[in-house]
Amino acid sequence: MIELLAVSKVYNAGQPNEFSAVRAVDLVIEPGRVTALSGPSGSGKTTLLSLIGGLTRPSAGRVRLNGRDISALSERFLTELRRASFGFVFQQFQLIRGLSVLENVMLPALPTGRPHRLTRARALDLLAHLGLAARADTRAQWLSGGEAQRVAIARALINDPGVIIADEPTSHLDSALSRQILAILGELRGQGRTLILSSHDPLVFESGLVERIVEVRDGRVVGAESEKEKMKDGA
Amino acid sequence: MNAWIERQRGLIDFTVANLARRKGRNLGLFLAYALLVFLLASVVLFGDGLRREARLLLADAPELVVQRLTAGRHDLAPEAWLEQLRGLRGVGAVSGRLWGYHFDPTVAANLTVQVPAIDPPPPGRVLLGAALARARGLAAGDVLSLRDHAGKPYAFTVGGMLDARSELVSADLMLVNEADFRAFFGIEPGRYTDLTLAVANPREVRKVAEKVLARLPAARVLTREETRRTYEAVFNWRQGLLLTFLATVLAAFALLAWDKASGLSAEERREIGILKAVGWDTGDVLKMKLWEGALLSITAFLAGYVLAWLHVFYWGAPLFAPVLKGWSVLYPSFALAPRVDLEQLATLAFLTVLPYVAATVVPVWRAATLDPDEVIRE
Repeated sequence: MIELLAVSKVYNAGQPNEFSAVRAVDLVIEPGRVTALSGPSGSGKTTLLSLIGGLTRPSAGRVRLNGRDISALSERFLTELRRASFGFVFQQFQLIRGLSVLENVMLPALPTGRPHRLTRARALDLLAHLGLAARADTRAQWLSGGEAQRVAIARALINDPGVIIADEPTSHLDSALSRQILAILGELRGQGRTLILSSHDPLVFESGLVERIVEVRDGRVVGAESEKEKMKDGA
Repeated sequence: MNAWIERQRGLIDFTVANLARRKGRNLGLFLAYALLVFLLASVVLFGDGLRREARLLLADAPELVVQRLTAGRHDLAPEAWLEQLRGLRGVGAVSGRLWGYHFDPTVAANLTVQVPAIDPPPPGRVLLGAALARARGLAAGDVLSLRDHAGKPYAFTVGGMLDARSELVSADLMLVNEADFRAFFGIEPGRYTDLTLAVANPREVRKVAEKVLARLPAARVLTREETRRTYEAVFNWRQGLLLTFLATVLAAFALLAWDKASGLSAEERREIGILKAVGWDTGDVLKMKLWEGALLSITAFLAGYVLAWLHVFYWGAPLFAPVLKGWSVLYPSFALAPRVDLEQLATLAFLTVLPYVAATVVPVWRAATLDPDEVIRE
């Protein structure tokens, strides 16, 4: 379970360009479900995802993972926890140019000290599962958008995390590729993982994947009653 | 332990892949780096080699040399001084030396003409330094004809060449016997260029020098230590000239390295952000960049140093030799004894590797301590 308690995030504090990206948000995200943050561009969805995933610390408030306050952890422990618990799929894919697909997928596992051959074998398995076995040695910059997104998903899964955070996973894809990615995310949900997405793509909300929508506007979760619950059949 | 090794292996794997994907930039940096180390190490190795040779040569020199001064200028010493010096306490063997310079217009150089204390050549014969023999195109048995002090031709038969190992000082040397020397320069018997004194106890050298001056007020006394220091000063001065020049090259390189390393491109900052976002901590990023800097700088350093070593000890240091060893028109060509000085190696590494690694790591540290989302957002 992930809990955000009165979490705020201010960038460039004390400077002329100071701005509040997230304001006093209280939110509980239940495990094993697909939660989507929806809202217009600049509403604070990405910052909220960063706070949930420990990519940044709140300026005020607390973030708890399974009851443990992660916002107070040292960088080292926070990184270890992030590596073990979260997998990230970024809006711009954020693959490293010049490195091969396989090298990109293995990146999160390198600091774990896991035997190289095991990491490599798992990366190849993931790539094969996502239909990218033939692209393992291809440089990241030569991939199509759909391929890059699948590589980003493989990378997010390399350390077998329980939570997948995906920021606008379909924003750079056409409808067919978007459906393909949503199918993969559905499969992850089926494996019992927690999925937290941000999106304003109607295709995501119409897909039946999302179990809960949290509306964000101007850095706030809009109204207690507007936190719509969209329960899937049987969920 | 295994996990630690796997971790380092993972970091090194990534570092190598990282270096390989910027081949052009890293190759350029490697070449500039290796060139700088090559220049710097060549000067230091060559200068040290020369100083060592000079020290070895001076090891056989007499403890004291006594010269006569007339009106502050070097003059010939009378034989009577030998007797006066022999009576001093602490003085061992005392002998007179004959040596001088002769300008040879054929090779446009000053030759050093000397009477050796041991095994002088027979009358009419001369032993030549290798560089002089080469310049004159002479071999054993040939005749060397020079103009004596009166301008008349004076013929010597070449008896042989001097040992090439002592070429540093013997390149332009002619060894003749005493009679030929006196006849050639017109120096009457009973007068010497200078006198040498052996002092059994090295701690008494200074005291004996004082006694010599007290007994012979017109004398100038040179100790071996002073001569050694003069040699060192000359080499140091020449080496200093080159090092000053190289300092500007070093500064230019430092600026280049700083510019390249400190001005992390937006792409590099983004990559550091990605690494942190996917689970690398600041320490992992720094270690990776340290590996990167160390791999580049150490390989470039070793390449530069090995090239410099070959340049100095096997190719005769053609780039710097004229500046560092030439005090005459004739440049002796000789090979220095190959040697690796660990302290010197460490100093050079300290001067070149550390600044680069520091210049690389500082900006990375600045970027790596930011929250990953800040870097990715930029």
